[in-house]
Amino acid sequence: MNINLTLFGQMVTFAFFVWFCMKFVWPVIIEAMEERQKKIADGLDAADRAMRDLELAQNKATDQMKEAKQEAAGIVDQANKRANQIVDEAKTQARAEGDRLKVAAEAEIEQEVNRAKEELRATVAGLALAGAEKVLEASIDEKANRALVDKLAAQL
Amino acid sequence: MAGENPASTTEYIQHHLTNLVYGKLPAGYERHTDQGVEVLQSDTWTMAHGGQEAADMGFWAIHVDSMAWSIGLGSLFCWMFMRAAKKAHTGVPAGWLNFVEMVVEFIDGAVKDSFHGRNKMVAPLALTIFVWIFLMNLMDLLPVDLIPSLLALTGIHYQKIVPSTDPNITLGMALGVFVLMLYYSFKIKGTGFIKELTMHPFNHWGFIPVNLFMETVGLLAKPFSLGLRLFGNMYAGEMIFILIATMFAAGAGAGLVSGGLHAQLFGEQTSAYFWLVIFVLVCGVCWLNLKGKVSTGKTVLLSMAFMAIGGGVFALGGGLMQWGWAVFHILVITLQAFIFMVLTVVYLSMAHEDH
Repeated sequence: MNINLTLFGQMVTFAFFVWFCMKFVWPVIIEAMEERQKKIADGLDAADRAMRDLELAQNKATDQMKEAKQEAAGIVDQANKRANQIVDEAKTQARAEGDRLKVAAEAEIEQEVNRAKEELRATVAGLALAGAEKVLEASIDEKANRALVDKLAAQL
Repeated sequence: MAGENPASTTEYIQHHLTNLVYGKLPAGYERHTDQGVEVLQSDTWTMAHGGQEAADMGFWAIHVDSMAWSIGLGSLFCWMFMRAAKKAHTGVPAGWLNFVEMVVEFIDGAVKDSFHGRNKMVAPLALTIFVWIFLMNLMDLLPVDLIPSLLALTGIHYQKIVPSTDPNITLGMALGVFVLMLYYSFKIKGTGFIKELTMHPFNHWGFIPVNLFMETVGLLAKPFSLGLRLFGNMYAGEMIFILIATMFAAGAGAGLVSGGLHAQLFGEQTSAYFWLVIFVLVCGVCWLNLKGKVSTGKTVLLSMAFMAIGGGVFALGGGLMQWGWAVFHILVITLQAFIFMVLTVVYLSMAHEDH
């Protein structure tokens, strides 16, 4: 319990250990800790940035998707329209072709009818002549009667 | 171990409170040795044999045990923290490095809270003070008799293993802090510091002596309260460990050897009734044996059992009390280390503040 040289011994020891700690322990550890702190802060920053980037990319992707959908819808619409047009065109063409065919057929039919009429007329004239010949036998001037009968046949 | 009567209990306590001292005995000093009185012819540097010689050495003596433990623990602190510092990296810290960083961060926070100047020395100073004092206080938790009795076997008869129960150690550190306080006060404030000392409470030249007296007392009170607070707390804690040891451990060995008889003949008053019960039990068994009611073999066994129970209960009681006080003391040693550190930082902060 006596105060003696130990007091100064302890003061010197104290000074030495504080110096040692100040020189070799504290700065090294603090520096490492601060650097790590910075690293972690940077890492968090980077994570934040990445998150934002991701959000942007997602937004962009959504936009693009929407655009693509719209485009696709447009294309389908156009295609539908075009298809309708083609069908319409085909219908018109078909109708025109049908009309043309009908006209041609009608013309042919008329021609056919006319021809049949001619034939019929000729046949009728022949039959009438033959009938009259039979009725009248030779008493009739063939030339004069022919003209008559032809006139008759033309009236048919 | 402890003494078995009041006189030797006092001796036991005094023995535990005596440092191992190396110092100068003056010429003509009468040394009392086993061979009689030896008168020294000239000034002699030697190990003190007991407290009286240590006291007679006066100032020119050094507490070898305090210094050795203090330097040893300080070196331990430096070595352990240096090891962590060498391995410090910016990756994920693990194990010891993690713990060291936790301590460093804790100190850094405490220093930043109360010290606002710019000084690269304060934080390492605080770390050194906190860990070093904590380690010195921690020695208090070792069983009081363990190291001194081991060293006694090698011929070293005095040993105080808790450096912070030595006022030289605590005041030495406090004076170190005081020197720093003065240095920074002069460095930062210059003549302002003189002004603070002479003109402070009463700002008039006529009051300079009064001011100087009051401020000087205030200034000196800082390191002394700092050092004595730690010393007082640790000394009292150590004292309680020693007292528990004298109360309980004293009887444990004796109980195992000779039952209550030993304690009845030399016993301490505190445990007399307890030993009386054991003594009566042992005597009773012996009496029954004499009457022929109990066989001799059984008598020996029963007596041994009573003695073992007596000794065991006491050893257990002492152990439990030591343990209980040690648990409480963990708080004290940490708190005292922390208080010393915080006050150091606060005092240095005051030295840095320019009014």
